[in-house]
Amino acid sequence: MTNYLVQRLAGTVPVLLLISLLVFLLIHAAPGDPTLMLLGEETNAVEVAKAKERWGLDQPLYVQYLKFLKSAAAGDFGRSFKYTEPVIRVIRTRVPATIELAVVAIIIATLLAIPLGVWAGARPNSWIDNLGTTFGLFGISMPSFWLAIMLILLLAGVLNILPTAGRSTYGIAGPEQTGFYILDSILQKNGPAVWDGLTHIFLPALALGVNMLGILMRVTRSAILEVMTEDYVQTARAKGLRENKVVWRHVTRNALIPVITVVGLELGTLLSGSIIVETVFAWPGSGSLLITALNARDYPLVTGVVMTYTAAFVSINLIIDGLYAVIDPRIRY
Amino acid sequence: MQSLTLESATDERATGQVRKLPRLHVKAFTGGLIVLMFILVGIFGPASAPHDPNKQELTAMMKAPEGAGSTHVLGTDNLGRDIFSRVIYGSRVSLLVAFAVVFVSGFIGIILGAISGYFGGKVDFVIQKLVEVVWAFPPLLLGITIMAFLGQGLFNLILALVAQRWIPYCRVVRGQTLSLRSRDFVTAAQCLGASNRQIIIRHIIPNLIQTSLVIGTFAMASSIIAEASLSFLGVGVPPEIPTWGTMLADARIYISTSWWMPLFPGLCIFITVLGINLLGDGLRDLLDPRLKRTGSGI
Repeated sequence: MTNYLVQRLAGTVPVLLLISLLVFLLIHAAPGDPTLMLLGEETNAVEVAKAKERWGLDQPLYVQYLKFLKSAAAGDFGRSFKYTEPVIRVIRTRVPATIELAVVAIIIATLLAIPLGVWAGARPNSWIDNLGTTFGLFGISMPSFWLAIMLILLLAGVLNILPTAGRSTYGIAGPEQTGFYILDSILQKNGPAVWDGLTHIFLPALALGVNMLGILMRVTRSAILEVMTEDYVQTARAKGLRENKVVWRHVTRNALIPVITVVGLELGTLLSGSIIVETVFAWPGSGSLLITALNARDYPLVTGVVMTYTAAFVSINLIIDGLYAVIDPRIRY
Repeated sequence: MQSLTLESATDERATGQVRKLPRLHVKAFTGGLIVLMFILVGIFGPASAPHDPNKQELTAMMKAPEGAGSTHVLGTDNLGRDIFSRVIYGSRVSLLVAFAVVFVSGFIGIILGAISGYFGGKVDFVIQKLVEVVWAFPPLLLGITIMAFLGQGLFNLILALVAQRWIPYCRVVRGQTLSLRSRDFVTAAQCLGASNRQIIIRHIIPNLIQTSLVIGTFAMASSIIAEASLSFLGVGVPPEIPTWGTMLADARIYISTSWWMPLFPGLCIFITVLGINLLGDGLRDLLDPRLKRTGSGI
């Protein structure tokens, strides 16, 4: 087990290296000279050469890459053009919002998907199953950003019951501790702020979670279908247990392993879905930061955010792999 | 003997197995119908669209839909452009991008997967490392990054979407090739003196088509959503080309005043993707039940 984890950990190093190389090359493939962009139109060759020397742009590409790598490893992606602050500091203020959103999205998706899937899977081909399966297919086919827009239109525009932008109403939240508004508010026992945070996060989390909901529902259903044919289910029934007890105690517990696997697999999709959903809801997370940075052509910031996302994605996959062994004792590496 | 078959038949009915087959056909049929409509609209629709999709009628801005028979069936947008015509033109771009992405990524994925599985060793190692690296990017993020640095445009968009979509083909094809490689007909071909290239092209790849077809339908669904997402974010197709994604991007500011602007293009994406997923589900169950879908639409 430890052996396997060490091996996997070592395996991610070349992957991260290659990714950084890819990002570095993409920046250099971008049309337009960054020096001209920073110095403006009215400049001369001497100025440009001086600037290039100052920023190390006159050196061969591999030297530049090594320098980039050295500072990136230390978490230093330079200074953001737009915010005139170190990139890493800008990102740090935005990451908690994204994590909070993703966590709530997962909670919503699993809380709805598992009962639906169990319900559908326990009665194959019934009307409940048909309804659930259709619902699952809808969830998979739904473009999350369109759902986001429609939710805003309906729940905020027409019914006017939920806020549509940002993380909280101005002035209601207490001082920042962890950066997670809802958690902060709970720690500070600030009831109204907790409620305010929840109303703000509900719509974006729902829009973000809908694809995962569809997939989880389908996976739960098919896992339940599979487990239902096992002998021990027959035994449980023969013992005289009520069907409800058989389904929830014996079948569901054993069917959850593939479901957890899929939650892990879908985390990455969720992460990139956050980019677009955050933009629609003006959610101040790292996803909307990426779009802001792109529109401002803030390359250091773009690089920083892309590398952060990728590193997060790679580590999540690593952690999930490790968790399998804990959840399912049958898995041995 | 007779009673035995009868018994197993009733047993099947009890577990609901018997009703499964017709339902599969309904699924594939409905999906196929939606996809066929989408293709037909994409090819022939623009010729019969009632208006020029880019013509701005400034006297008829943000008109609500007035129903069948009116000049603007689905209303107009903030620049007075006919939404119905734009939706029709949008289907063409989605169709073009989706098919291009599916074919190019299928081509790359199948060939690399077959080579990787057939030769093994160092070649396999290099290709699988590449797969690992590309797969380590969160989906969509790689597309956004590529588009951001290469700039908007149809060609770049297709490139950005292909960048990750060849991976599922490559992985599945590699696995299948590994098992095909040791089958008798391959050995026989080798004994007859066929070259490796001939064996891969003539004997291995034809056996991979069914599975690839199923992967292709799901890749198509995900490319349509990804194209719309990138265009929505402003890094997809250039703004002068009407697509469902750019229409949604235009609509964002007007959500509270004109519900029809975001409703129709989004509905088109949803129905098309739903149709493709239905077709894919049906095809998978018919052709290759072993393939379980776990990836999402993005």
